[in-house]
Amino acid sequence: MANLKEISEIPERLSGGHRLCAGCGAAIALRQVLLGAGDSPIVIGCATGCLEVATTIYPYSAWKIPYIHNAFENVAATMSGVETAYRSLKKQGKIKEDIKFLAVGGDGGTYDIGLQSLSGMLERGHRIVYVCYDNEAYMNTGIQRSGATPFCASTTTAPAGKVKQGKTEFRKDLTAICAAHNIPYAAQATIYNWNDLITKSQKAFAAEGPAFLNILAPCPRGWRYPQETAIDISKTAAETGFWPLYEIENGVLKVTYKPKERKPIQEWLKLQGRYKHLFKPGNEKLIDAIQEEIDKMWAKLENGHLI
Amino acid sequence: MKKIPLTGDQAAAEAMRQINPDVVAAYPITPQTEIVMTFSQFVADGLVDTEMIPVESEHSAMSACVGASAAGARAMTATSANGLALMWEIIYIAASTRLPIVMPVVNRALSAPINIHCDHSDTMGARDSGWIQMYCENAQEVYESIILAMQIAENSKILLPVMVCQDGFITSHAVEGIDIFEDDEVKKFIGEHKANFPLLNVNKPVTYGPLDLQDYYFEHKRQQSEAIKNAKEVIPQITKEFKKLSNKDYGFIEEYKTEDAEIAIVALSSTCGTARVAIDKLRQEGMKAGLIKIRFFRPFPSEEIKTCLSKLKAVAILDRSESFSNNGGPVFAEIRSSLYESDIKPLITNYIYGLGGRDISISQIESVYNDLKKAVEKNKIEKAINYLGVRE
Repeated sequence: MANLKEISEIPERLSGGHRLCAGCGAAIALRQVLLGAGDSPIVIGCATGCLEVATTIYPYSAWKIPYIHNAFENVAATMSGVETAYRSLKKQGKIKEDIKFLAVGGDGGTYDIGLQSLSGMLERGHRIVYVCYDNEAYMNTGIQRSGATPFCASTTTAPAGKVKQGKTEFRKDLTAICAAHNIPYAAQATIYNWNDLITKSQKAFAAEGPAFLNILAPCPRGWRYPQETAIDISKTAAETGFWPLYEIENGVLKVTYKPKERKPIQEWLKLQGRYKHLFKPGNEKLIDAIQEEIDKMWAKLENGHLI
Repeated sequence: MKKIPLTGDQAAAEAMRQINPDVVAAYPITPQTEIVMTFSQFVADGLVDTEMIPVESEHSAMSACVGASAAGARAMTATSANGLALMWEIIYIAASTRLPIVMPVVNRALSAPINIHCDHSDTMGARDSGWIQMYCENAQEVYESIILAMQIAENSKILLPVMVCQDGFITSHAVEGIDIFEDDEVKKFIGEHKANFPLLNVNKPVTYGPLDLQDYYFEHKRQQSEAIKNAKEVIPQITKEFKKLSNKDYGFIEEYKTEDAEIAIVALSSTCGTARVAIDKLRQEGMKAGLIKIRFFRPFPSEEIKTCLSKLKAVAILDRSESFSNNGGPVFAEIRSSLYESDIKPLITNYIYGLGGRDISISQIESVYNDLKKAVEKNKIEKAINYLGVRE
């Protein structure tokens, strides 16, 4: 449980004035993750993506903590190097402080191009918290389909058209893939539920090994919603069950927010322009298919399983 | 100093043991694997302070080295061929971020077709990545060059990564008696590593790898050009210091019997050893043959080569890689360009040889000298670009 009074005293590490869009979920997600790290020294690594380009346009930097960006697909490997350097120098008595390590990538940099690097980091057991801010497409390059893009969402490389209704595949379950590495902590969160997210971040930083947080981070440009509704969108994702909030702590699955009654998926879809085509006559079956997939996922979760 | 029998790969690992890097991130690939295996055993036996990262690919090996080096650690890796190709994106980032990483590379032909034996297509492809490149004739040079490279990379006027190249199997897997320095001597020569802006200094946070647009990118690239220019000036000072330890000259180039030579070949790495034997034989027959060995391909020793070549009547440039430019191999192109402004130019010709580990024999090298002799007699090069030792 995050204590508001305590977290209000934690210094901000990501300063305002960065150039992320108004209504961007990534900045809100990162701020909450950093609050979960408390006031201990922290080094952050960032994959190429929105967060990277918008926070470090030379000669400016929005980061008040040591920051490294290397390339798109390798933040996990880069931070593996940083964390290993720390262990080596600490062992040799050349560093005194206790430092925490955070690696951040978007869904493109995590689900797709950076998956191998992330898997290596998790398998080798580096004590790094990896955060995926999942906005469900390649937003930095202009809303292209990724392995995280949901079924039927319209993107610029899998657009809705006369014969196709957006993405034809369901998304991959990255949190389950990470959990399958038998790491001490993996969780899903989203920004509206700050207490849940910060608590998960605290647990991730406390874990004796790699931790993975998959955070649904709404994107006004890609999802097509009014920027002031980012938090409502995030909340609806949880209430409809589209984005379940859960954690796997030392192998034990726990759903951390269980809606009393899951709202129908239409409630989530109708808020976003990327699903607009689904409400045309004839596409009812597609909405049913999305609902069915969510029901199946929840049936598993309620039985204590991810897959 | 003691003499021990080692392969080129083991010699590289021995140099790494004495350097005692803080972090080594590496991945196996033939014919480099023995470096990683040998070094891993040093780690397992507690002979070094190094933390190893057994990464899942070469791309991650170089990525982790970038992270570790930026963090303030001495970081090393080693690779060959396709492994280097997989690192490609990050080798540019390592150089442009000015990280003093030292990487032994065991030269191997790039696919396709897949082949595990020596040629220089891998590192020649990386010649414009911003790394300093050293090419070694034998395992003794491999050992010494890696130690020397650490000092070059970390020099505050240079701050660039260094590839130390050796010929796959020919050098990497052949046993030689290697003179090994005392551990303390190496420790003293390379000194303590002090990074300027370590990421792990949490009291002075820095941002590595920012987005650098039209406003500044060009200035940063210009600074990088200055660093490689500085390397040209500073390396002789470092090699002078190194001579006190090794009692050897580590010039950008090395000449063999060129004082009175009329014809010469220019080569890199182990082929120079074969050429020395050919030269000794031909000189007994009265031919004034010489050799110019290029040790540093980056920074390119243009002035030294110009001075040396101006004394000669005809020169053959041996390239162990093909550039597919239809304009000769990379060493040839570089040398011919360097000679453009010289008043006195030798006749110059190119031989592409030894691709995919094809052996280069003493008699083949003799045939090159015989071609040069004929060219001098006719004052004409018959063919600028030749392929040596291939079925056509």
